[in-house]
Amino acid sequence: MKYIDEFRDGSAARVVAERIAAEADPAREYRLMEFCGGHTHAIFRYGIPDLLPPNVRMIHGPGCPVCVLPIGRLDLAIDLAMRPGVTLCTYGDMMRVPGSRKRSLLRAKAEGADVRMVYSATDALRLARELPDREIVFFAIGFETTTPPTAVAVQIAAAEGLHNFSVYCNHVLTPPALVHLLETANPEDPEPVRIDGFVGPAHVSVVIGTDAYQRFAEHYRKPVVIAGFEPLDVLQSILMLVRQLNDGRATIENEYSRAVVAGGNLRAQAIVGDVLEVRETFEWRGLGDVPFSALRLRAKYAAHDAESRFAVVPVKARENKACECPAILRGVKRPTDCGIFGTVCTPENPMGSCMVSAEGACAAYYTYGRHKAPAIA
Amino acid sequence: MCLAIPAEVIEVLDATRARVSIGGVVKEIALHLVEGVVVGDYVLLHVGFALGKIDPEEAQRTLEALRALGEPLEDAA
Amino acid sequence: MDTIEPESRALKARTLDLTRGRVDMSHGGGGRAMAHLIDEVFRHAFDNPLLDRGDDQAQFEVGAGRLAFTTDSYVISPLFFPGGDIGSLAVHGTVNDLAMAGAVPKWLSSAFIIEEGFPLADLKRIVDSMAAAARAAGVQVVTGDTKVVERGKGDGVFINTAGIGVVPAGVDIHARRALPGDAILVSGTLGDHGVAILSHRQGLAFETDLQSDSAPLHGLVAAMLVAAPDLHVLRDPTRGGVAATLNEIAQAAGVGMHLDEAALPIRAQVRGACELLGLDPLNVANEGKLLAICAADDAQRLLAAMRAHEFGRDAAIIGTVVEDANRFVSMETVFGGRRMVDWLTGEQLPRIC
Repeated sequence: MKYIDEFRDGSAARVVAERIAAEADPAREYRLMEFCGGHTHAIFRYGIPDLLPPNVRMIHGPGCPVCVLPIGRLDLAIDLAMRPGVTLCTYGDMMRVPGSRKRSLLRAKAEGADVRMVYSATDALRLARELPDREIVFFAIGFETTTPPTAVAVQIAAAEGLHNFSVYCNHVLTPPALVHLLETANPEDPEPVRIDGFVGPAHVSVVIGTDAYQRFAEHYRKPVVIAGFEPLDVLQSILMLVRQLNDGRATIENEYSRAVVAGGNLRAQAIVGDVLEVRETFEWRGLGDVPFSALRLRAKYAAHDAESRFAVVPVKARENKACECPAILRGVKRPTDCGIFGTVCTPENPMGSCMVSAEGACAAYYTYGRHKAPAIA
Repeated sequence: MCLAIPAEVIEVLDATRARVSIGGVVKEIALHLVEGVVVGDYVLLHVGFALGKIDPEEAQRTLEALRALGEPLEDAA
Repeated sequence: MDTIEPESRALKARTLDLTRGRVDMSHGGGGRAMAHLIDEVFRHAFDNPLLDRGDDQAQFEVGAGRLAFTTDSYVISPLFFPGGDIGSLAVHGTVNDLAMAGAVPKWLSSAFIIEEGFPLADLKRIVDSMAAAARAAGVQVVTGDTKVVERGKGDGVFINTAGIGVVPAGVDIHARRALPGDAILVSGTLGDHGVAILSHRQGLAFETDLQSDSAPLHGLVAAMLVAAPDLHVLRDPTRGGVAATLNEIAQAAGVGMHLDEAALPIRAQVRGACELLGLDPLNVANEGKLLAICAADDAQRLLAAMRAHEFGRDAAIIGTVVEDANRFVSMETVFGGRRMVDWLTGEQLPRIC
């Protein structure tokens, strides 16, 4: 497949890997964070750690919208689904995530709730048209990539007067999360988080552009390389970061130039700006409260905001005490540092956010990498 | 996050809909987020929407930069 | 011996409205309505002397040697899909479970649980399809059962088939025979069935001309046994895909496996659909493929025999069995690194992330 296969080429990979090994200074460590969960998944799925020298270490960031959704917010979705008359539409990723008391949307469905898995927000709109007597609630999750489609759906619903369509909005933002990672340090951490550079998200950047990351280079003096989604893109971006660090540079570079431009997708940004506004604060599972890091529907679209329509009351749920996700999401600990990893906590029985999604650090490592024993980067 | 894949536009139905092919599998998608899409373009497909177009020249440049990485090593050998 | 003469069968055929009628509770009641259903739909289609006797059981000689016996239930939705339907699947699936022992499949039973209100036209279509599949596979449906459940208590129709086959002398195929050094082969392209089904599921509509690969494999197995009489393991990778099946074998045999991603035969459209939905072809169901494990020396001969057969054209050697106390199945990716091939917790769901 075009634009996919060329960027998975094994012989090109060997060449880039050799360059990284040749240029990485053996006297130092390179601690690079890939923010995006999709990149975490690609790294493990293609065995990229095998191709890196031991002093280049990937730290797996919190860019997994399923992983960072607090249990309380999921509980609310399940409650909505259980209400008579409500049809809850959700992406497949959320179906099996356990909320409080081991409930999940899948279990709710088994108990009679009308939960429908959809591929697109447009499918939820179609259901709203086909089932005028039901309340269609679209469970919106995701970073800046997934937000514009939700915004389009709200605009269409408003234009068509689809009164029975509403959105339960849980969209989150990337740059504030990156800032939070660099700004906060937990005194209980075994060592302070040290991130030397970032592999920037591919498709978030298609929407927000490379300009959105200027602050990291200037204020925090950290290089950011926006990497495409394929393993060769990730490897090349790692090489570019190693070179920046060797040269003492801290700039934004765009490896994914075939899809990302400096200003991003202005049309998508305008649509999002019309429909959504920034929340003052939002809880991220594992990271705590992060200011200005999430979105909600503007007042003018309140009729399509499930939180207004259904008088939803926020709930705070409790996490498992043995779960090390907070430290893992900040890159301070590895999955194998967690006492319950692979024993109590497995993809079959996930205890915390890092295991619930295929691209959570723990799930990715368990599914793809546990044959390597604890010495994985 | 954000699984988006390159898809070839095989038919533009109207201003907001097109049919695309991914390895021969065809899907109808939404065009609200992009403009000026024509048959033969490659778009990035995410949750049923085109997020942006793929620039073929930039793609070529990226691949060439990758290939160029191999050259210094060959000279040294 | 009461065989039903063709003429009297034709006379009886007019009591059911097979075009517009629906199954109701009386059809499962054991009375005349049920007798008509069995006669006009099932016996008419399956058409063999054992079934025509109308006994509660089929009685037959089996000769000397070992028997293989298996059962499976079929609950698939949608009932009709490109390349097959629940009926043909119910024959192929059970025939294949027998074939995986190297057995020659002979006799099937078929039990139907039908939901009240199910269209008779659909029932006839399913049963006729089963009959055609059985004929093509050289097996007979010799006994059966029919039940009807109230509306809302069944998903249209559920089918159970059990099968008996005869294992030829000298054939000894089972999972524990996998040995380090053995070659792992697959008989053709991965994921065709699962993707064909997905394309027809609500909410995921995409256009493809992919068909389910549902097919009976005992002919292929017979050809394979001629080329490599000492085959170690055979298994068909149905639910859970190749990943689940290889992990099952690894666990049972106490070995590990190394696969080569570049060697996996996968159609472009299956690749495309999996990319679109974020699925891994190794976890997608197949209904007309088998995995074979044999001694390394037999691999090339076995591969040639498979490729010469109608259901083995795209066969490939995909890996090797290795020593591994952890029983991990891992794979060298096309990219050069190695990763685990794990079996999933439950059904793979499409993802956006």
